Amino acid sequence: MSTMSNSLTETRAESLATAGLSQGDVSDFFALLKPRVMFLVVFTALVGMVVSHPTVHPILAFVSLLMIAVGGGASGCLNMWWDADIDAVMTRTRKRPIPAGKIQPGEALAFGVTLSVGSVIILGLASNWLAASLLAFTIFFYVVVYSMWLKRSTPQNIVIGGAAGALPPIVAQAAVTGHVSWDSIVLFAIIFMWTPPHFWALALVKSGDYERAGVPMMPNVAGPDSTRFQILAYTVLLAPLGLAPVALGFGGLAYAIVALVGGLGMLALAVQVYRLRQGEPAMRVAQQLFGFSILYLFLLFATLLAEHGFGLFRPVFG
Amino acid sequence: MTDRKAPQSLTPEEQKRRRKRSLALALTLGALVLIFYVVTIAKLGPGVLKRPM
Repeated sequence: MSTMSNSLTETRAESLATAGLSQGDVSDFFALLKPRVMFLVVFTALVGMVVSHPTVHPILAFVSLLMIAVGGGASGCLNMWWDADIDAVMTRTRKRPIPAGKIQPGEALAFGVTLSVGSVIILGLASNWLAASLLAFTIFFYVVVYSMWLKRSTPQNIVIGGAAGALPPIVAQAAVTGHVSWDSIVLFAIIFMWTPPHFWALALVKSGDYERAGVPMMPNVAGPDSTRFQILAYTVLLAPLGLAPVALGFGGLAYAIVALVGGLGMLALAVQVYRLRQGEPAMRVAQQLFGFSILYLFLLFATLLAEHGFGLFRPVFG
Repeated sequence: MTDRKAPQSLTPEEQKRRRKRSLALALTLGALVLIFYVVTIAKLGPGVLKRPM
């Protein structure tokens, strides 16, 4: 019965599309932008701006941030357009607007392309063309390199593709200063190194989902044990890298403490994930690492924001 | 070409969704106008008022 009703809905949606009318609600179009990912993009970009101590007009900085957010949302939308077939078979994603039949693929494509082009042009006009080019590259990398090429072809998909998610602080710094410095490159490196343990912890829990969709995530290709080792290896690199802003002088005392404690927390959980390999405890600890990794990254960036945006910076050395 | 016919009328729910989409589009266009205006003023800076008579 529900299958029949679904197919009737789809037929109706398709016939409306034929008439040039959308079936989607505003909230469906908003969902296409992956709001949670967009929040992360805005947040990390804002920190990239704040640590750069911009001298540009606040309105231009605000519009630049808005365009980086829209560009991030546009790449999420194009990703959903391309991945609608695999989203439909994964429990985590099957309620997204395209597989749910609320928005036609063509509508999502048009929406994503319009927002991509618009955000890049307005960012270029509001700030500079270096930032606009970097935003265009970010969208291209996420949609073409990650979604279209890597995601379905290699278990290193989220390692390389993670670069797209790590670029917003660099784009933001370029937007407000006109150049790229080590500060934003270090922020890029932290997000880049954080991505594998974060996603592979989720992939350990959801490996059945990815298997069904035919996405070659690390646990499905190299096996859960190899994935656990690689999670540990990346976390061993990530924990000291989290302290790099202190060495470069833009991470203060509060940041040093948060990065140290958070890094040790990440390491402790990664060791637990490596050791516990069977049954419910193994799944639980992987879930914990996934959750803690979000908190860890959030705290690192929130502390930098507090130190530079609210005058709480106290140098560690001297 | 497709032989599928477009629906003759929209259901009340579809009309409501269309109205919301139209409103969102209008707000987006308004926001774009505002963005171009404030970016222009911010880029020109205070010098915009100091032109030779």
